[in-house]
Amino acid sequence: MHTSQYQMAEPTDKSLQWLEQMQLIRTYELHLAAMQSKGVPGTCTSVGQEACAVGVMAALDKRDRILTNHRSAAHLLARGASPGRLLAEVLGRIDGYCGGFSGSLHISAKELGVILTSTIVGGELSMAPGVALAQKMGQGEAGGIVTVFFGDGAACEGIFHEALNLAVQWQLPLLFVCENNQWQAFVHRLETMPDNAIINWARGHGLMVDTVDGNDVHAVFESATQAVSAIRSDSMPRFLELCTYRQRGHFEPDDQAYVDRQELAHWLERDPIKRLCQRLLQQGMLTQQSLNNMQQAIDEQIQAAQAFADASPWPDAAMLTRHVYA
Amino acid sequence: MEMMTVEQAIYQALAEEMQRDNRVIAMGEGIATKQLQLVEAFGKERVRNTPLAEAVVAGTAVGAAASGLRPVIDMLFAPFLSYAMDALVNSAGKLRQISGGQFEFPLVTLAMTGSGWCVGGQHNHNLEAAFVHMPGLKVLMPSTPADFKGLLKSAIRDNNPVLLFTDLGLLHSQGEVPRDTDYLVPLAKAAIRRIGTDVTLVSYAKTVAVCELAATQLAEQGIEAEVIDLRCLKPLDETTVLASVRKTGRLVCVHEASGLCGMAAELSALVAEKAFESLRAPVMRVTGADATPPASWMLEQVGVPSVQNIMGAVIDQVAIKTMPAAYRLS
Repeated sequence: MHTSQYQMAEPTDKSLQWLEQMQLIRTYELHLAAMQSKGVPGTCTSVGQEACAVGVMAALDKRDRILTNHRSAAHLLARGASPGRLLAEVLGRIDGYCGGFSGSLHISAKELGVILTSTIVGGELSMAPGVALAQKMGQGEAGGIVTVFFGDGAACEGIFHEALNLAVQWQLPLLFVCENNQWQAFVHRLETMPDNAIINWARGHGLMVDTVDGNDVHAVFESATQAVSAIRSDSMPRFLELCTYRQRGHFEPDDQAYVDRQELAHWLERDPIKRLCQRLLQQGMLTQQSLNNMQQAIDEQIQAAQAFADASPWPDAAMLTRHVYA
Repeated sequence: MEMMTVEQAIYQALAEEMQRDNRVIAMGEGIATKQLQLVEAFGKERVRNTPLAEAVVAGTAVGAAASGLRPVIDMLFAPFLSYAMDALVNSAGKLRQISGGQFEFPLVTLAMTGSGWCVGGQHNHNLEAAFVHMPGLKVLMPSTPADFKGLLKSAIRDNNPVLLFTDLGLLHSQGEVPRDTDYLVPLAKAAIRRIGTDVTLVSYAKTVAVCELAATQLAEQGIEAEVIDLRCLKPLDETTVLASVRKTGRLVCVHEASGLCGMAAELSALVAEKAFESLRAPVMRVTGADATPPASWMLEQVGVPSVQNIMGAVIDQVAIKTMPAAYRLS
């Protein structure tokens, strides 16, 4: 994070830092989407879900480990990933977090604690209990917990129920974070499940649950902080459902012809960045000028990231068969 | 040395490795119920009964392996692995390479398969070649109690995901097993069970013994067969197979799994590519059918390579005195 005149109003208040992270995520992902026309490989964005990633990450420590999925850029950036290394990875270049082998879909960054990213919907849920078991058996940093991010789509996989059941039965220090973004690839959630909420399933497995507005970063942070603190103290899993909305298509490029315009408009009104800006402007913690300065600095950061990625070499041909085995 | 069954050798190896390294844990449906000696020695935290939920058992093992533990999971019967394919194939097999080498998966998966128990096609299905096809995995299918011990111990100490298939027909077979707690059989090293000069029989698991029986009877007819036990299907010990075929000029591949895209097909291609000039007869395969393994004892036996099948293939091969001109290199 660079410093400038929009430094947080009070040292204890992270709101401005969160806004900056959310703006960085949004700008990065819109940049990726815009790059589609220039031959950049397709990608799954989390535009509209930034408050989920930023609010939960703010509640976690460096010692905690995180599993995520194909819609991972927000989680990685909120955890402090370098936009340049992310873009290099998307472009398949050696300076990417995975040496260019992963591309955009399954980026892990062990140095940031973001591990075992899987693009198989539900894959992250299958592995998370094992990471938490290792943590519980003394393999992680002391006091650390494990957080797994997934969506309502993964909640419709059988592995969701297997993972929840095992986490409760084995008392694993695991935070389940369901970003219910209403869309499961190209199908609306209302078509795939009879209930309106994922937490009812979680509650049925004996989990302690909470649901909050996933487009309100403060609400997400407060709920996540409570859950994280509870897990640290009793090593029992918790479940958060964050109600949010996938503002863009499943996979860029996507014309979203299948999306109900009224529903989209409703959620665009509740955009998490817009709401946070309004709140901070009203509270006098932000001015239009400082907001503009923030955006300008982020734009420059993304341009520098693109230049870094473009300058990064392609992997050597030998990489095709490297790292198959340890 | 002491006499023990394959099953005893497996659990001796596991107990020794759990004793040696406290990061080794064992999980499975019933492992803590049936292997009470393990629970007594290592406690219920390290010997875990699991729900009947193969996908999350395998996934949990993968996550734990990447996070510092060294899990051994008992998936019971090989067809149950179908529920665990995502964890084993997409995660354990691929995430090391996808991540640019950030993770290791020291993980052993045990599964039983093979004819002899008349359990039918949803408990007996020799799927080993399917896993050989998957990048990042290693695949073992030993034939003797000593190899089960030595290979399982090597697998537990290996930093990669390894599948160890136990042929059901071998589970209670006995053999001499070294007492040494550091008795390791290296992965990727085939064993020559019988030395011969006229034909190479390559097999693994239960059918190795069938090949040895066939070789004994062939010797009575003046045909000396070399018998190779692959033990480890991936990585494949190409050197041992090629050296033998270069010596004998004939190859018969034998396994109980279906021949279609199986180990025998791979061995045939290997020899065609790298030892074609040595061949004095076409390679032959004696394998199971491309059909569901049956439960009926009579049908089960029909589907398994027999001494008679193997001898027939060898005798046909030996009858070819010169290769057709089309096979010869100009």
